[in-house]
Amino acid sequence: MNHVETVIRSVRPLGGAPVDLVVRQGIIASIEAPNTSIAVDGALVIDGTELVALPGLVDLHTHLREPGREDAETIESGSRAAAAGGFTAVFAMANTDPVADTAGTVEQVWRLGREAGYVDVQPIGAVTVGLAGVALAELGAMADSAARVRVFSDDGKCVHDAVMMRRALEYVKAFDGVIAQHAQEPRLTEGALMNEGALSGILGLTGWPAVAEEAIIARDVLLAEHVGSQLHICHVSTAGSVEIIRWAKSRGINVTAEVTPHHLLLTEDLVASYDPVFKVNPPLRSHRDVVAVREALADGTIDVVATDHAPHPAEDKDCEWAEAAMGMVGLETAVGVVAEAMVRTGLMDWAAVADRMSVRPAGIGRLAGHGRPLQVGEPANIVLIDPNRDQLVQRSMLQSESRNSPYLGRTLPITVVATFLRGRATYLDGAPVPAEQVRA
Amino acid sequence: MNRHLLSAADLDRDNALLVLDTATQLAALTDRAVKKLPTLRGRTVVNLFFEDSTRTRISFEAAAKRLSADVINFAAKGSSVSKGESLKDTALTLEAMGADAVVIRHSASGAAHRLAHSGWIGGSVINAGDGTHEHPTQALLDAYTMRHHLAGGTGDLSGRRVTIVGDVLHSRVARSNVLLLTTLGAEVTLVAPPTLLPVGVEQWPCETTYDLDSVLATTDAIMMLRVNRERMNAQYFPSAREYSRRYGLDVKRMNQLPEHSIVMHPGPMNRGVEIANDVADSARSVIVEQVTNGVNVRMAVLYLLLGGAQLGAGSELDTPDPAAAVLTEATR
Repeated sequence: MNHVETVIRSVRPLGGAPVDLVVRQGIIASIEAPNTSIAVDGALVIDGTELVALPGLVDLHTHLREPGREDAETIESGSRAAAAGGFTAVFAMANTDPVADTAGTVEQVWRLGREAGYVDVQPIGAVTVGLAGVALAELGAMADSAARVRVFSDDGKCVHDAVMMRRALEYVKAFDGVIAQHAQEPRLTEGALMNEGALSGILGLTGWPAVAEEAIIARDVLLAEHVGSQLHICHVSTAGSVEIIRWAKSRGINVTAEVTPHHLLLTEDLVASYDPVFKVNPPLRSHRDVVAVREALADGTIDVVATDHAPHPAEDKDCEWAEAAMGMVGLETAVGVVAEAMVRTGLMDWAAVADRMSVRPAGIGRLAGHGRPLQVGEPANIVLIDPNRDQLVQRSMLQSESRNSPYLGRTLPITVVATFLRGRATYLDGAPVPAEQVRA
Repeated sequence: MNRHLLSAADLDRDNALLVLDTATQLAALTDRAVKKLPTLRGRTVVNLFFEDSTRTRISFEAAAKRLSADVINFAAKGSSVSKGESLKDTALTLEAMGADAVVIRHSASGAAHRLAHSGWIGGSVINAGDGTHEHPTQALLDAYTMRHHLAGGTGDLSGRRVTIVGDVLHSRVARSNVLLLTTLGAEVTLVAPPTLLPVGVEQWPCETTYDLDSVLATTDAIMMLRVNRERMNAQYFPSAREYSRRYGLDVKRMNQLPEHSIVMHPGPMNRGVEIANDVADSARSVIVEQVTNGVNVRMAVLYLLLGGAQLGAGSELDTPDPAAAVLTEATR
């Protein structure tokens, strides 16, 4: 859908005063007073009245499953889901099969993302070979590849060996990299099935104690300080983790952190249903933890919202709790959940949403061209949101190959109306733009 | 009664007493040469056992057969489950065969709940033990046994003091008993090393202590839980010998119990570990009786979940007291 020009009339950038946004050749060409711009012939004209425009969202933590588990998700289907959720860039986690631990694999992921065309797919490289925690992967080769990898993570597994973590943190300084840690002390979480607390005792499910997350974060912020490196903490889920990160930042340690939409909205109480759609790692936590991560996101202690979008085929969820796979899809619903948890509650405004879901994740991931202000001359990566239109989450709205959304049947308070990647619509009128038009 | 029995929490005081009273009446009926009642004739009860438990399986089997139900035993070993069939497909198969009730034993906590609420089957689900979660019919048979010895066989267990000793963390028996016994008015105390008490146990409706000797003198019923030897390898306690010294019930400890108190064990026992041989075989031990009571209590549960619904309005057997309906039908 390559129009010569796109005019979005009377839209509110970051929820502010309405303007006309004129997009030409992939950049924001001009910003004019509302309903004053004159569209050229063949232009796509969108009535943006009451809509909020944000810079295209950036997801620092997505599982696209390709290569290896194309039954759960492909780079194309995951990209389409991302566009439907208002994203213009996603970071693809390394725990594929084969693992993204070589320059060849990350380049393949990067290229498939470019071919799909819905979002920029930026691969994350594994820290250790095969995520096994034994030998450092060729981080430099991945950094130097066409994919220009800057974020490295063994996500799904913790880099639990302290020496390995120290070396990784040190080594990536050579190319301005960042280690994204999945903080989970493995011995304390053997066989863990849900948050450890009163409810796990009642339900008879092996507990995943908060200390298993907090102990690793505490160790790693001290390591990052010691070697002067940048550390990023994936999916922070506990009140204690927030306190440690707040302390580390106050000490000037170069640490950033993310929280998932589901940890902002859902609590462990849902586990009482034994429905594996609520099984996720780290697990859903207590109400107190949810309050703490919301406050931390609002005050900036937690830098970004990242989806941890984790597609699984139906048979891996349609079973007993203990047998079920961990993870939830989340791309399509992310900004809606953030709106419910953070905007409707008055904790954040739309400018803050743009900061936590676009500006900061692009910055942490060293991703040029994303998370930029909506100003003349900037790349036209834009999402339009109707802040007053509820949306019922149903299977038909999920673009992912998988359907393991914990929000099915729930109504979210906003609707994503359109997404533009470098001026080209990727999602429009409630549907992804067809693949051949996105690539055109 | 609910359609399913998944947790002891599904039973309020009235329903719990209804089960116990029904079991009492069924016990009287089956305490004779011909042990069979026609109540569930033509109904199918499936024993779906994903975990070995001969004693629980045969108890449910005996209960169903005494009510004249058709019984299908479906053991995971030697079935398609061992070839990797899912719980869902197994359930769909049972549904296609027309199971009216499924008695499920499974190593995963919540498996019975999942079976009941997934939409895979339409019949009643009875939890015969799910992982480390619950085992409600064990709690019912324990309450029945206690009521018989400590409360004259009627009413609830108000004011009776029950001490449950051992691996509470991994025990579905302990969870169901705490819920049911407190519903029936008993005062429950859990005794275990700190490593074998769940996080959050202080929020349970019971007392806890690490010191077994401190509660013996005020105990009306003491229940010794089986200690799995695997726990020792996972460092929950240093050795079986130390466990036995600190938390085992030996004769010396038994002699500190009040005269009227009873000794219970859900079985199978580790003689010499959590319970001394002479205690298990003593006059205070009601362990064998628990097994007998298990059949009567499970008959009551099957009857109330299956038969109770069937005896609808207009039936000549229609009566506000389902237990009385059993009597009517049985003596017809």
